Amino acid sequence: MSFQQVSLSLAAGFLENCRLFFETLLFSIPLGLLISFCTMSKFKPLSFVFKIIVWCIRGTPLMLQLFVVFYVPGLVFGIPMRNRMLAALIAFVINYACYFSEIFRGGIESISKGQYEAGQVLGLTKRQIFTKIILLQVTKRIVPPMSNEIITLVKDTSLARVIAVGEILLAAERFAGKGVIWPLFFTGVYFLAFCGLLTLLFGYIEKKLSYFN
Amino acid sequence: MSVLEVKNIKKSFGKTEVLKGISFSLEKGEVLSIIGSSGSGKTTLLRCLNFLEFADGGTISVDGETIFDASSVKKLSDSQIRDNRLRFGLVFQSFNLFPQYNVLKNITLAPSLLKRGTSEQIEQEALALIERVGLLEKKENYPCQLSGGQQQRVAIARALALKPDILCFDEPTSALDPELTGEVLKVIRDLKSGDSTMIVVTHEMEFARSVSDKVIFMADGVIEEMGTPEQIFGNPKSPKTKSFLNQIV
Ligand SMILES: Nc1ncnc2c1ncn2[C@@H]1O[C@H](COP(=O)(O)OP(=O)(O)OP(=O)(O)O)[C@@H](O)[C@H]1O
Ligand SMILES: [Mg+2]
Repeated sequence: MSFQQVSLSLAAGFLENCRLFFETLLFSIPLGLLISFCTMSKFKPLSFVFKIIVWCIRGTPLMLQLFVVFYVPGLVFGIPMRNRMLAALIAFVINYACYFSEIFRGGIESISKGQYEAGQVLGLTKRQIFTKIILLQVTKRIVPPMSNEIITLVKDTSLARVIAVGEILLAAERFAGKGVIWPLFFTGVYFLAFCGLLTLLFGYIEKKLSYFN
Repeated sequence: MSVLEVKNIKKSFGKTEVLKGISFSLEKGEVLSIIGSSGSGKTTLLRCLNFLEFADGGTISVDGETIFDASSVKKLSDSQIRDNRLRFGLVFQSFNLFPQYNVLKNITLAPSLLKRGTSEQIEQEALALIERVGLLEKKENYPCQLSGGQQQRVAIARALALKPDILCFDEPTSALDPELTGEVLKVIRDLKSGDSTMIVVTHEMEFARSVSDKVIFMADGVIEEMGTPEQIFGNPKSPKTKSFLNQIV
């Protein structure tokens, strides 16, 4: 079994990890923002319900959530989940949206009341105040915690293996099954490279936003 | 006719009655100073004028038009509230500049969003204001690159850019090092000669005395004494005013 063959097969697996990663980000960031607004809502029942949801999701393992999303529709409603990738995506989006929502909430709440009031006395609408004044300040503050969380997401994508999504670790285990063990360790290179790129990217964003405080 | 007519403004937070019926009027081009000890309700009064709080009772009229009436405030739409609040400008104790924008953009942001003219006009007017507060060479700087006094001057220019009928200041120099208060007070003095109508909450007694046409001394949510600076500082009638002024000096 040549090095090239193994690398290609692992790369095909890692492509699944990347797909899960990007799709999770795509959906969980807007959903997270929505959840953060709900938990900050002045309408108490709404904020209570969403705080409970966030607590449940953050308080249980992602692996368990993967099992729930994958098996419960079949066991309880008689509609088995056929698409493993979809199940993984749903679990990841919900899980990460909840984590992100807490980061967004912290970021939004850290902006001083004076910034809102300055916008108000200048006659701006709530929407203008949020998009033109608050948003960039929040973005700056959440870059460090978001970069941590997003790098964790890269590695968490390998958890999808527990519901047999054909990601990189599953690919490596096939080789291990045939008695070739080194590909399993070689998967680390892919994760390292990807996380390295992300670290550079976030460093760049942080630097871009360092002109104000 | 008075440019500002405030009648019987009342405001409570929960059970504490902070404003217990405040009435005064102001002529165009006049400067009113509000003095009084901490907790007497000065900030709350300015916040009511600027619609950051809604008074529980009373009316506010500008140029004879009632822009606030506590008995019908619920009927005002958000956009009416925004229009009415633009009759007033407010300069905060803590400046509250927008950190991500440079000096020029801090000033042009609201006029552009409110479509107060073409972007060239807005920029020209903003530059004129920046010059007026003496910061032309800092127009590209960000707030974090400015001293407190400079930031407060930008905040004043930002408020002026919307051409409010009445500009309010809430202790504009309290957050500044003593050596920086002078430059901010000078700007306010210059505005007076430019005929701006202003309400200044301040602990700078010398300044209040020299710049004001009218002085209000507030104590426990009421106007304890109101008059010309000569009356209030030179010949105070109320014992509370006397003891307050004695403490300060
Ligand atoms: N949002 C609020 N909720 C509850 N109480 C408040 C609120 N804002 C002000 N108060 C109370 O109202 C009273 C008057 O406050 P205010 O800030 O108007 O005083 P002030 O005259 O501006 O004092 P200072 O000179 O310290 O700035 C204080 O007792 C304060 O605790
Ligand atoms: Mg105050």
